[in-house]
Amino acid sequence: MYFLNALPGAIAEGLIWGLMAIGVYVSYKILDIADLTVDGSICTGACVCAVLITSGVPAWLSVIIAFAVGALTGVLTGLFHTALGIPSILAGILTQLILYSVNLSILGGKSLVAIDARSHTLLLHMSNNIGAIVAAALIIIAVIVCLWLFFYTEVGLTLKSTGDNPDMSRAQGVNVKFNKVLGLAIANGIVALAGALLAQYKGSANINDGRGAIVIGLAAIFIGLSVSMKIKPNFVVSLIGVIGGGIVYYIIYNFVVLLGLKTDYLKMLSAIIVALFLGVPYLKGEYFDRKKTMRAKAASAATKNAGGDTNA
Amino acid sequence: MLKITNLQKTFNAGTVNEKVALQGLDLTLQDGDFVTVIGGNGAGKSTLLNAIAGVWKPDCGTIEIDGNDVTYMPEHQRAKFLGRVFQDPMKGTAPDMEIAENLSIAARRGTKRKLIWGIKKAEREQYKELLATLGLGLETRLTTKVGLLSGGQRQAITLLMATLERPKLLLLDEHTAALDPKTAAKVLEITDQLVNENKLTTLMITHNMHDAITHGNRLIMMHEGRIVVDVSGEEKKKLTINQLLALFEKASGKEFANDRAILS
Repeated sequence: MYFLNALPGAIAEGLIWGLMAIGVYVSYKILDIADLTVDGSICTGACVCAVLITSGVPAWLSVIIAFAVGALTGVLTGLFHTALGIPSILAGILTQLILYSVNLSILGGKSLVAIDARSHTLLLHMSNNIGAIVAAALIIIAVIVCLWLFFYTEVGLTLKSTGDNPDMSRAQGVNVKFNKVLGLAIANGIVALAGALLAQYKGSANINDGRGAIVIGLAAIFIGLSVSMKIKPNFVVSLIGVIGGGIVYYIIYNFVVLLGLKTDYLKMLSAIIVALFLGVPYLKGEYFDRKKTMRAKAASAATKNAGGDTNA
Repeated sequence: MLKITNLQKTFNAGTVNEKVALQGLDLTLQDGDFVTVIGGNGAGKSTLLNAIAGVWKPDCGTIEIDGNDVTYMPEHQRAKFLGRVFQDPMKGTAPDMEIAENLSIAARRGTKRKLIWGIKKAEREQYKELLATLGLGLETRLTTKVGLLSGGQRQAITLLMATLERPKLLLLDEHTAALDPKTAAKVLEITDQLVNENKLTTLMITHNMHDAITHGNRLIMMHEGRIVVDVSGEEKKKLTINQLLALFEKASGKEFANDRAILS
């Protein structure tokens, strides 16, 4: 009974994290960059949104500004990587660290800024989970439609090719460095947008929000793609799968809490889920490839013998 | 069309791995020249092509394409002058993207890409016709992911991509070396077809002496970062492999040390 009661909340929160996972999808799957900026930029989105709303800016405008600031954090990581030649993982870690200080100063030195849901009109809040689900779903649909349209434009196609084959892209006149910066901006803009929604849903922004967000994002991507790739491996289905992955993740999360696992262990659980999703296909490949090679060897040996016989 | 003056490049200068790849190379190509490049391992063939393509900057010297000094122009900017096909068939195409998407990216080489629809309807028809000329049955597979194709098919598509937007200079870096003999012959046939149809100025590296002699109107042989043999016109038409080896020995004072090239 408790679990059923918690379900709408889990879905609402799962949708928001699914949106964040779409941002991670853009950097990790499309650009082929494991972008650790995410842990910082989701918090930046939350902080910007919370501070703006509490100072009287309308919620919808705060969300748009949070997106823009998030995009800037992506630009910073992108420039670290492309202009200064820092490896992308390290570039993300550097920005993440910078953002910790930036987020603190956005919150005015406090570790938490609360948004009073009664005195401000919010796009979504945990006091009305059904409303939150509808609002989050609408925003997600808008984001997916925008991304879908964008990735079929001339610029969007070159963004895909940049992640898929940078050599080919350069040979075809694509500015790979610019595209990486652009892609990271889009990815972190979406992540910050999710952060802004999260702050409204929870009614606060905390300096520790978003720690391990990249891992949750990856977990949602792996859970989602393991299903959606079997249905139809195209862009929109993949993105919907990622959202689904976010929801499944949060349902599991709630279920595990219900079972009585101490919440202290939840981050460890997320990491283990991701490690399993990354590790199992690898081990499977190692094992099956070896078997396949052995079978192929046996088969070719057999045909060779047969061939030898006919020659003789 | 292409004018290279005193091009020099040393890799890992000042270390034990120092390697002088190009030492004062001069080369001028006329409009419509189809030049084959041959030479032993480490002669500087690929280094030359990469210098023209802008993969890295030379130590000194200048490279001009059609009157434009491109010596220090970034790789993606000078791509508007160049069509490139790599030795590795995996390098020239984006595997996770459709054939049509790959072609559409190539069709816009040298133009400013905008936020407008990436592939127009008319383009798909054009791509179908072009793919049909390859004779590989790819014209019905426009939406197939390139990663599902064979090395030869991918190399043929890369050739098409390199010539779709007519390049001032086509650079082929041993583009048949990684293919089996039959596929290699097919890809070479397609190469000749595309070069002749579009009258492209072409620089083709090959390890195969026979191919070097039978293709193009001019042949250059490289040794230790320099051009040591340069034959063209009637002289090239009559050239045999033995004559070529003799020319090389005379020019370099050494025997041609690449068994792979002689045997193939």
